[in-house]
Amino acid sequence: MGVSRAKWELFKRVALYLTIIVAITIVCFPVIYAAIMSTRDLQGTFRYPPDLMPGNSALSTYSQAWNTVNLGRLMLNSGIVAVSTSIIKITLAMLAAFAIVFFDFRWKYLAFGATFLTQLLPVPVKIVPTFQLMKNFGWVDSYYALTVPYFATATGTFLFRQFFMSVPEDLVDAARVDGCRPMKFLKDILIPLSWNNIGALFLVEFVYMWNRYLWPLVVTESESMRVSQIGIKMLMTTGSINKWNIIMAGAIIVLLPPLVVLLFLQKTFIEGFVMRTGK
Amino acid sequence: MKSYFPEKVLPYLLVAPSIIIIIIFLVYPFIQAIWGSLIRGGVWGANTRFVGLGNYVELFTSPDYLWTLGRTFMFATFATLGGMAFSLGLAVLLNQRIKGRMFFRTAVIWPYALSPVIAGVLWALLFDPSSGLFTYLAEVMFGLELNWRTDGTLAFIIITIAAAWKNIGYNVVFFLAGLQNVPEQVLESAEVDGASSFQRFWKISIPLISPTIFFLLIMNYLYAFFRTFGLVDVATQGGPGKSTEILTYKLYQDAFVFFDGGSANAQSVLLFIFIVGFTYLQFRYAQRGVFYGS
Repeated sequence: MGVSRAKWELFKRVALYLTIIVAITIVCFPVIYAAIMSTRDLQGTFRYPPDLMPGNSALSTYSQAWNTVNLGRLMLNSGIVAVSTSIIKITLAMLAAFAIVFFDFRWKYLAFGATFLTQLLPVPVKIVPTFQLMKNFGWVDSYYALTVPYFATATGTFLFRQFFMSVPEDLVDAARVDGCRPMKFLKDILIPLSWNNIGALFLVEFVYMWNRYLWPLVVTESESMRVSQIGIKMLMTTGSINKWNIIMAGAIIVLLPPLVVLLFLQKTFIEGFVMRTGK
Repeated sequence: MKSYFPEKVLPYLLVAPSIIIIIIFLVYPFIQAIWGSLIRGGVWGANTRFVGLGNYVELFTSPDYLWTLGRTFMFATFATLGGMAFSLGLAVLLNQRIKGRMFFRTAVIWPYALSPVIAGVLWALLFDPSSGLFTYLAEVMFGLELNWRTDGTLAFIIITIAAAWKNIGYNVVFFLAGLQNVPEQVLESAEVDGASSFQRFWKISIPLISPTIFFLLIMNYLYAFFRTFGLVDVATQGGPGKSTEILTYKLYQDAFVFFDGGSANAQSVLLFIFIVGFTYLQFRYAQRGVFYGS
């Protein structure tokens, strides 16, 4: 009796691990398959029946992907847009939340409410007039068009507001008694306490901006102002057939930067974002 | 009561940058979209005339728009429910007492970093009509000949799977966070009282994580509605026929390919009404502010 029970427990453990491994393999499989595909020559992508053997043309496919659509330039554009927008968004959100939590002024609730509009008014809801606005500003095909309309953020303002409200009141009182000016309080006390939030928000915004597709497609025209996501589309439309090896090499290159940011900031993301928004 | 800094002007200066951005780049264009939805004209406003709700009437009497609307709701519903069910199952598995939990969590969270465009090309490759792995497996295992370039239903299924798959990482992290908040003692005392693990899951865990479930329902729905343009544009371009033409795809086409500004603006305003609807549900039933990284 005791033996069979122990066996049953062991069986359950093994089954649990196996199920987890199978499920995770399913989740990871499309990218693994893409990585395999990216190492083959064109002939290899038509292999039938298909198999999972990598090829040995990685160097050539990756350099072709890099060169046919000037991927270096597109990645640089995506990087500039994603990093600068994330930093500015975080800064503006922090300043707004600081005002809303630590000052008493007439329009604070209105100001907080207004930031919600960023959630209610995503790109598709105003795409034609915003494009016309870019034209009027002479911003079409520039970094301004790719970044400035995104600077305000409800997520960030809300996250910082929530965090600032949890800062002990004694800390604020002590600072005021010491004659600490507000901006010094923000710089010397709040920001050092906020790194978790900043890191989490940086991940969220970086991934969000790096992965933009519709808006860059609309407001950029020249190839030198396109972004990396559009590069993948360009790889798909060059030539009469899909060169899957080259498309997949491009896809792997383009997915790496946000993946690296995610791996670095994963813990902060869960502590500073998931635990705060998802509860 | 929070103690405040006494400065009078400073707070206005601090909120000003955000507010200015919101007014210029969000509110003003949106008001113009409303106005633009009431007029009709040549290429984006040359020789315009006021048509009242004419553009809306046209949309709601056009089989094309109603089809797209129906497709989008189906797409969003299937992608949301399918993706969430798989993710919840995976989160429950990962929430067991297992070794290497951190490693496993990392192994599932990463699709969060992928873009809809990447999801689109990956699944287009797997279902490639001539050499795709899944096309081959379907033929060998079920004798099916899969070709999404001619089979609209299949194309629709593929973009739905791609959208659901892309959100697994996001869903699992939030489900795990929710499940970890279910008090251990409650589950243990239920076990002592003879509740099966199935009962413990349905009667205790599910109700306790219902806020998370609701939050994710809305997020996944909004995602499917507003962030899948790139997925469709690289994988199927709305086709074959109009089988994968979702609202944002039609909007883009009408605005930037057919230059029908009036109709495009009306479609934008209708999208806004959907967002307001979802957001209302979110506040009404999730009973807290919930955000999706905009």
